[in-house]
Amino acid sequence: MSFLEYAPAPESTSILRLQDQYGLFIDGEFVEGGGTPFDTIAPSTGKKLATMSCADGHDVERAVTAARRAYDTTWSKLSGRDRGKYLFRIARLVQERGRELAVAESLDNGKPIKETRDFDIPTVAAWFFYYAGWADKLEHAGLGPNPRSLGVAAQVIPWNFPLMMLAWKIAPALAAGNTVVLKPASTTPLTAILFAEILQQADLPRGVVNILTGPGSMGGQLVAHPGVDKVAFTGSTGVGQTIARSIAGQRKRLTLELGGKGANLVFDDAPIDQAIEGVVNGIFFNQGQVCCAGSRLLVQESIHDEFVDRLKARMQTLRVGDPLDKNTDVGAINSAAQLATIAELADAGEAEGAEKWSPDCVLPSEGFWYAPTIFTNVQTSHRIAREEVFGPVLSILTFRTPAEAIAKANNTPYGLSAGIWSDKGSRVLALADQLRAGVVWANTFNKFDPTSPFGGYKESGYGREGGRQGIGAYLQASEAQQSTSTPRGASRRSITAATPAALPAKTSSRKKAAK
Amino acid sequence: MSIVRAMAPAQRAVDMLGPDVSESALRGFLEGLPGVDAVGLEQRAAGLGTRSIKTTSKRWALDRIIELIDLTTLEGSDTPGKVRSLASKAVTTDASDASAPRVAAVCVYGDMVGAAVEALGAAHGDPDDGKIAVAAVATAFPSGRASRAVKLADTAEAVAAGADEIDMVIDRGAFLAGRYGHVFEEIVAVKQACRRPDGSAASLKVILETGELTTYDNVRRASWLSILAGGDFIKTSTGKVSPAATLPVTLLMLEAVRDWHRITGERIGVKPAGGIRTSKDAIKYLVTVAETVGEDWLQPHLFRFGASSLLNDVLLQRQKLTTGSYSGPDYVTID
Repeated sequence: MSFLEYAPAPESTSILRLQDQYGLFIDGEFVEGGGTPFDTIAPSTGKKLATMSCADGHDVERAVTAARRAYDTTWSKLSGRDRGKYLFRIARLVQERGRELAVAESLDNGKPIKETRDFDIPTVAAWFFYYAGWADKLEHAGLGPNPRSLGVAAQVIPWNFPLMMLAWKIAPALAAGNTVVLKPASTTPLTAILFAEILQQADLPRGVVNILTGPGSMGGQLVAHPGVDKVAFTGSTGVGQTIARSIAGQRKRLTLELGGKGANLVFDDAPIDQAIEGVVNGIFFNQGQVCCAGSRLLVQESIHDEFVDRLKARMQTLRVGDPLDKNTDVGAINSAAQLATIAELADAGEAEGAEKWSPDCVLPSEGFWYAPTIFTNVQTSHRIAREEVFGPVLSILTFRTPAEAIAKANNTPYGLSAGIWSDKGSRVLALADQLRAGVVWANTFNKFDPTSPFGGYKESGYGREGGRQGIGAYLQASEAQQSTSTPRGASRRSITAATPAALPAKTSSRKKAAK
Repeated sequence: MSIVRAMAPAQRAVDMLGPDVSESALRGFLEGLPGVDAVGLEQRAAGLGTRSIKTTSKRWALDRIIELIDLTTLEGSDTPGKVRSLASKAVTTDASDASAPRVAAVCVYGDMVGAAVEALGAAHGDPDDGKIAVAAVATAFPSGRASRAVKLADTAEAVAAGADEIDMVIDRGAFLAGRYGHVFEEIVAVKQACRRPDGSAASLKVILETGELTTYDNVRRASWLSILAGGDFIKTSTGKVSPAATLPVTLLMLEAVRDWHRITGERIGVKPAGGIRTSKDAIKYLVTVAETVGEDWLQPHLFRFGASSLLNDVLLQRQKLTTGSYSGPDYVTID
């Protein structure tokens, strides 16, 4: 036998007791939606997991009304300390139900259980713990004493990190004193509804968080609702632009975290084995369905051939298959639509003359699968070097000098992430300053921490999530501060400029919902 | 039954660095190796450690671990009696289950080689033939603090007494002082001392004592230095210094032998030693070998565990797989 094939090690699903049907979560209760219910399926098999309620315009109205009432009567009146207690409680419940959430997320999204277990769910808990700590310290957010919450936040999140994106949105909003109506992606609504059960367990006051499942058009209605004070969206650049246009000229605050085409720069003095790992992690983590994926590898020409050889050897050990197997490295693509997008762009890569390579791997016959793939001989003019594939497809280009590396890395409409691999610290620091990307990782990739702001430049969006900047996006300076410092109008502008919402900012994953 | 290497001891260095293997050429080569990022290396090792090995894979792994063990006793209190006991355990690992494999070798101090050879009797031989080799630590193990003449005499005596494998320590002081040439020459000299009158030679394992080298960059350089000087194996530790073997250090050494194989086609062995006590830990090493250099490296001529207490834990796990229930320490024999 081959030891390397490893016997199957499937995670048990017995901890997850799925219901046949799930409702919307409005005003603290599960209710049926007015729209036509839809099924959520397991991308790895195509099998149905549960039927989800679908919200219509009436449900949007009810949810926003509930959030407004909860804001006016309860949540904005609580002390920061008490808000923090609720958030700590939620964080602990997420940890307690971590295994269940990991299994649900892996089933519903198609990503490997080792990622949901070791990364997604712990990060969710960390985000709630971190912002729980902020709830009674808002005066340290950089907006002067007594900053105020904004009101009702409409939040629309993508399918690539369903629960983690929920945490990135809900935790800072609640800590700052806002109430929330959240719309998860239509292909991955399951864990958001399980999270609603956790909110009930935590005795969170009614209406503070409302969760509406349904199509992107419903998300559009939600962000357009006049009762909404703040819109936060993570998803595709196209949808983000539509949202920005739809609410232009209104008082609503907006943060957008959109697509990316991250550059990973590998210099000839890089710690080579770790750089290989970083490149693998940068593009094959979550099947490459990551807004900040390192999908463009820029490798110094002098080490290109050796690097590609080593990368291919490493990719031979990637295990593609059942997401619930604990040894799976690469799982299923989230949807048939996304699989088609990936295949279309990969075909374009071949048509343009780039060389496609994948390791030997047998893909399951059911569900949505795409083998880990690299393209060599890619030119900057190729579509696969410019467009976001949002799949396990890496484009490899070369550079000769640091200046050329920077020029090529920045030559993209996006600006979310970048990586630098070099043993020379002074070079890393100098280059990081010149990269137009919201996050620059040095000798590592895809690291996320609640204390660290995350967001993009250019078409990757604006605003920041995480850290002090992340909570600032849900706050405004107090009236007192505004009236004592400068004339109100001027002050509002200057304060706005100081908050992350107005900085070049955010990013994130492609998302299909919200129109 | 020793491994005969056709190559002259320093031929590898000549091939890589040219006819004059000078101190500065060595330095230039070693310092030109790619750096090691500690965070990334440890992260990769941790990732390999999460592989879940079950059922048939686990059964295979447990048997293979036994076949790769250098069953070791390295105490000041060692006696011929203790060595006989160890040898007996090496042959009959599980008294209750004749299907349990034998270990690869017994590892003893040089003065115990004769006793080990005698105790093994007909079982003494090449692990590839299902027999058990005798490994001896030499060169003023574990400190290596002795004159070169003493180290060479130590080695030659062990070989003469019948040792198939010599586990030598490098001069860590010289290495840390940057005297790479000194370390290189010493390994070359010990390699010569491993030769037998009939032209064959004992296999040479070079112990880096990574716990004293401290940095991963040092470990990588010492690995390459040992390979260039003719080592057949590179070994992490004596077991007398903490930390002994760790997964990141072993991964790094496997990467060195993988790269050497890539360049020359030649296969060098790796031996993590010290601190590996449980089956669970040992399986992580098997996974790391299989996913770094390939599973064909999981054979006694290319990979060993230096351990004394690991064997019994593996046997208990093996019994559990067979019977379905855990037994206890009284169901395996003490050495």
